[in-house]
Amino acid sequence: MSTYSLSDGLASGAPRLSRTPVLASWVRESGVGILASVAWIAFGLSCLWWEDVGDWSRTHSLGIAAFIVAAIALFGTVGADYLGTAGKALRQRAPWLVALGAFLTLWEVATAKFAWLPLPFFPPPQSIIEVYTDDLPKLLDSVFASVKLQLGGYLIGATVGFLTGVSIGWSRAVGYWVHPVLRFIGPLPATAWLPIAFFTFPSSWSASTFLIALATGFPVTVLTWSGVASVSNAYYDVARTLGAKPSFLVLKVAIPAALPHVFVGLFMGLGSSFAVLVVAEMIGVKAGLGWYLQWAQGWAAYANMYAALIVMSLLCSGAITLLLAIRDRLLVWQKGTVKW
Amino acid sequence: MVAATALAEIAPPPAAGAALDIEQVSHAFNIDGTELPVLSDVSISVEPGEFVALLGPSGCGKSTFLRLVAGLDKPKAGTLREDEARITRPHPSRVVVFQDPTLFPWRSVWDNVALGLEAQGILKSQRHRVDAALDLVGLASFRNAYPHQLSGGMAQRVALARALVNDPKILILDEPLGKLDSLTRITMQAELVSLWQRKGFTTLLVTHDAEEALVLANRVIVFSDRPARVKADIRVDRPYPRHRGDPYLADLRRQILGLLGLDATW
Repeated sequence: MSTYSLSDGLASGAPRLSRTPVLASWVRESGVGILASVAWIAFGLSCLWWEDVGDWSRTHSLGIAAFIVAAIALFGTVGADYLGTAGKALRQRAPWLVALGAFLTLWEVATAKFAWLPLPFFPPPQSIIEVYTDDLPKLLDSVFASVKLQLGGYLIGATVGFLTGVSIGWSRAVGYWVHPVLRFIGPLPATAWLPIAFFTFPSSWSASTFLIALATGFPVTVLTWSGVASVSNAYYDVARTLGAKPSFLVLKVAIPAALPHVFVGLFMGLGSSFAVLVVAEMIGVKAGLGWYLQWAQGWAAYANMYAALIVMSLLCSGAITLLLAIRDRLLVWQKGTVKW
Repeated sequence: MVAATALAEIAPPPAAGAALDIEQVSHAFNIDGTELPVLSDVSISVEPGEFVALLGPSGCGKSTFLRLVAGLDKPKAGTLREDEARITRPHPSRVVVFQDPTLFPWRSVWDNVALGLEAQGILKSQRHRVDAALDLVGLASFRNAYPHQLSGGMAQRVALARALVNDPKILILDEPLGKLDSLTRITMQAELVSLWQRKGFTTLLVTHDAEEALVLANRVIVFSDRPARVKADIRVDRPYPRHRGDPYLADLRRQILGLLGLDATW
C-alpha cells in the first residue's frame, strides 16, 4: 500500500500524519463505488420517472431492483474493509458496475421511454426480464435439451478424437490408414453433413449428436496427434533406460506430454461444436436454445431472442470456463497458462 | 552433503558394479543415403567398479558410444556385454544421466525419481527407496516441487537420484555436469566420487573436460576424431579426494591435451 501524495515530497522532518492522504485514498477506493451506485440509481429513476411507451409489466420491479443494486454497490464498496473477500471483489468490479449502470440507463431511455430505437427490434430491458419470469419453463426446457445434446456429442467426439489422435501419433500403421481419411473429411465443416445426416440417422437427435461429435473430434484428433508426435525423444530414452515397457511409454510419457496440445484441441472443438449445435437445433431438432431462437423469430418475439441469446452466451462461456478450470487443474505443472 | 544413513537404506548390500566388455564395435549413421562412420573398431574392457572417463574431440561419437552401452541403439558391428550377457536393449541395471536433466515437467520431483520403480512395477513396495535417493542428493525438501521450479544444479541432482534409485550396476553419465556453473560443478564432482566409492557401481563418464576426467576417474580413455577409435587408455593411480593442483594430474593433463591436438596451448 504505497500511497504517494504531495506531502511526501515536501516532508521536512515533520511526522507524516496529515489527513489528506487518508482522505485521498478513501476517495480513490470508494469513489468508484459511489459512482456505480449513482449510475444504478439513474437506471432505477429512468425506469420509474417516465411512462413506458409500450405495455411492459416488469418496469416497476426493475426500477426497484436497480435501487437494490445501487445500495449494494454503495455499502459494499464503502464498507469493503468489513466485508472480507466479498468486499474486495466488489470493489474490483466497481468500474464495471458504473459502465453497466450507465449502459442500462441509456438502453432504458432509448427504448422503453422515448423509442429512439425502432421498437419491436430493440426491446427494453424489462421485456427481457419479462421473458425470464413468464416464459421460464419453456426456456429451461430448451436449456436442458441443448446441454444434453451438446454434452453427449462433445464427450463422444472428444473421446474418439483423443483415442484416434493417440493412435495416429503412436502407430505408423494406424497413421497410414487414418491420416488420409482425416485429411479428406476433417476440414469439411460439420454442418455440410447436415442434409445427409438428417435422413441417414434414425432420429434428428442422433444425427445432431453425430454432427457435434464430428465437429469436436477433428480438432481434438489433430492436436492430440501433433502433441504425441512432438514429444521429445529424450523423454522416451530416459523412460526406456529406466525399464519402461511400450504401454508405459504411451500412458505415462506420450499422453501426459501431449496433454497441453490436447486441451487446445478440446477448446477448439468446443467452439466449433457450439456452432453445429445451434444450426442443428434450428434446422432439425425441435428442442433446445437454437430452436427457441428460431421459434421466437417466427413469432417476431424479439425480447425472447435476446433473452435466449444471453442464456446461450452464459452457457457457452460457462462451458469454456469449466474446460479451462479442468485444464488448469491437470496442468498445474505448466508455467503461465493462458488465463480466461 | 551426502547422508551416509540414507545410503544404507537405498541398497541393502552395496551393489557391486558389473563388468563391461566392448569388442570391436563399429557404428555408422545413415545420413541422406551416405554412411557416416562414427565408431571404428572400439574394444574396451571395463572391470567391475571402475570409473572410466571417455574423452574426445567434440562430435567424435562419444555420446553414440554411450547409447550403444545403454542399449538404446544397436551397433552395426561388434558386441557389447554386461557381465557376459549381451546388451540388446535398455535395462535398468544400466542407467543413463544425460547432459540435460530431461526431467518430466508434468511430474513432481518425487514422481520423477520414482519413474524407474514405477516403470518396473515395483513402486508400491519400494517407496522408501525414492525417499532415500532424494535424501542422498540432498533434495528431500523439494519432493513436491515441479521441475520448472528447480535450478539447473538441482534438476541435475534429481536426474542423478532418478538414476541411482534403480541401484544401477553401470552408471552412464553423458556430460551430466556440462551445463552447470563452475561452483556447482565442482561440488557435484565431489558428490559423484563419493557416491561411486560407497556404492561401487561401474561408471562411464563422457566429458570434454580433461581436468574433470582426471579428478574423477581411475581410467581415462581418449577417443580420436570421428570415426572414434581408442587413441589412448590411461590409468590414473591417485587416491581420492584428488587435488586439482596435483603435479601428477597436471602432467597427465598435458599429455591428454597433447593427444587431443592442443599441446601448443599448454
